[in-house]
Amino acid sequence: MQLPTSTEIVEDLAFFDDWEQRYQYIIDLGKQIPGLSAEAKTSEKLVKGCQSNVWLDYHLHDAKFQFDVDSDAVIVQGLLVLVLSAYHDKSAHEILDFDMDAYFKALDLERHITPTRGNGLRAIVGKIRQIASVV
Amino acid sequence: MSFDVAAIRAQFPLLQRDVGGKPLAYLDNAATTQKPQAVIDALIDFYTQCNANVHRGAHHLSDEATRRYEKSRDIMAQFLNAQHREEVIWTSGTTEAINLVANGVGQLFKAGDEIIVTELEHHANLVTWQQACKRSGATLKICPIFDTGELDIDAFDALLSENTRLVALPHVSNALGTINPIAHISKKAKQKGAWVLVDGAQGIAHGDVDVQEIGCDFYVFSGHKLFGPTGIGVLWGRKELLEIWPVWQTGGEMISDVNYQNATWGDLPNRLEAGTPNIAGVIGLGAAVTWFSALDMKAMQAHEQDLLEYATNCAHKLEGMRIVGTAPNKIGVMSFQLDNAHPADIGFILDKQGVAIRTGDNCAQPLMKRLGLPGTARASFSIYNTRKDIDQLFEALKKAKQMLA
Repeated sequence: MQLPTSTEIVEDLAFFDDWEQRYQYIIDLGKQIPGLSAEAKTSEKLVKGCQSNVWLDYHLHDAKFQFDVDSDAVIVQGLLVLVLSAYHDKSAHEILDFDMDAYFKALDLERHITPTRGNGLRAIVGKIRQIASVV
Repeated sequence: MSFDVAAIRAQFPLLQRDVGGKPLAYLDNAATTQKPQAVIDALIDFYTQCNANVHRGAHHLSDEATRRYEKSRDIMAQFLNAQHREEVIWTSGTTEAINLVANGVGQLFKAGDEIIVTELEHHANLVTWQQACKRSGATLKICPIFDTGELDIDAFDALLSENTRLVALPHVSNALGTINPIAHISKKAKQKGAWVLVDGAQGIAHGDVDVQEIGCDFYVFSGHKLFGPTGIGVLWGRKELLEIWPVWQTGGEMISDVNYQNATWGDLPNRLEAGTPNIAGVIGLGAAVTWFSALDMKAMQAHEQDLLEYATNCAHKLEGMRIVGTAPNKIGVMSFQLDNAHPADIGFILDKQGVAIRTGDNCAQPLMKRLGLPGTARASFSIYNTRKDIDQLFEALKKAKQMLA
């Protein structure tokens, strides 16, 4: 899975001057990733939400984490790409070292994402950090 | 008396604000309503002028607080047309009221008893009875609906039997807006000797509720959906039933005599209201009911029906939009789906355009499964909404459609 880097995403989002362009960008990011097959969407991989569901799967390749995500909502999927751009194809050490708060701040997410969605993203961040910390 | 929406709107300070530079179109009234200045003033006045504990202080403030607090009970009893004021029990909301009833009549259930709920149920009026059945060995029966969202009354008749102990149903479906024939169902259930609980969370703010005319045994609702504060709600129940229940929570207020080994219980309503109550909430809810009762109900309902009709017509004109819940008798609730758009995505994009709606399972997961839907987007209207709000909703929906295409 080819993802933009977190630096590229920060630069891209800073370039847009209205919400519509930003959201369209996030939607397009969400549409780019392949998602999971129906069989892969098992309950163990499900991160359940009241508004939409998220599935998170991973495997290691050369000691680097390869993540696959899916959501039934495309904007959520796009937001997941924002997170994965920092974590995908990285070692456990790199994942745990990454300053997600600073990244979210650089994305100016607080202003663009309502708290419910923010919490959902943080739950995914927590889950990925947990995965990285036990391997 | 005519219905002056502009004058009503002007009494709701929050509706004057914008959201992210866009005027606010607040269409999430089934989740909670906004508060008129009269309610906000009542809360401020209580805390600035007469805050004290009720029913106990030997001082002026306590007397005044008690008077205002108990006056709210009179106002509520009159509003519901209850026969006795002590039939009004304050709870934290609908959910607590249902749990209180489940603790009361639920303890009288036994194996072989049957409890009927409907496919429309909000989790509060489903899970509570499901668990009460598990504890007692009673059986939970589910009254089906048609695809329109209307109850299948023939199926209800077939479920109802001499074994039915309780029928619990919503006055109005929170997810679909269907107004259920609660008086008709109450009558039939009473003929079989069953108790009837009506979950009035979505019904209370949309017209006249007369508990004697309905003929149910319990009617429960939350104050915050009736222009009142959060954290306060009502259980109205028939006195003769409330009196024989086992007590629920124990502690101060609800006792008569206490020694170290034993206690005896006080009379209604206190015996079901342990501890210091939500005094400000009760007074605020009293103010809300006073404010609401002064409106012309017929004109209010006509206004709401006009909004529903207008929105429904707009929906029919928007390609790819499908309304979920098409019962002929509905309050101003429009649940819907848009082709190729997840409800959550719709909600996000509407939010950026100042439009507040609910998205998701509507706290009714079994109903969503029954309808074969992952969830819906839901716009719900109240007395202060206008056609302009609905125009803003549809402009925003067109944008969402275009962005998600």
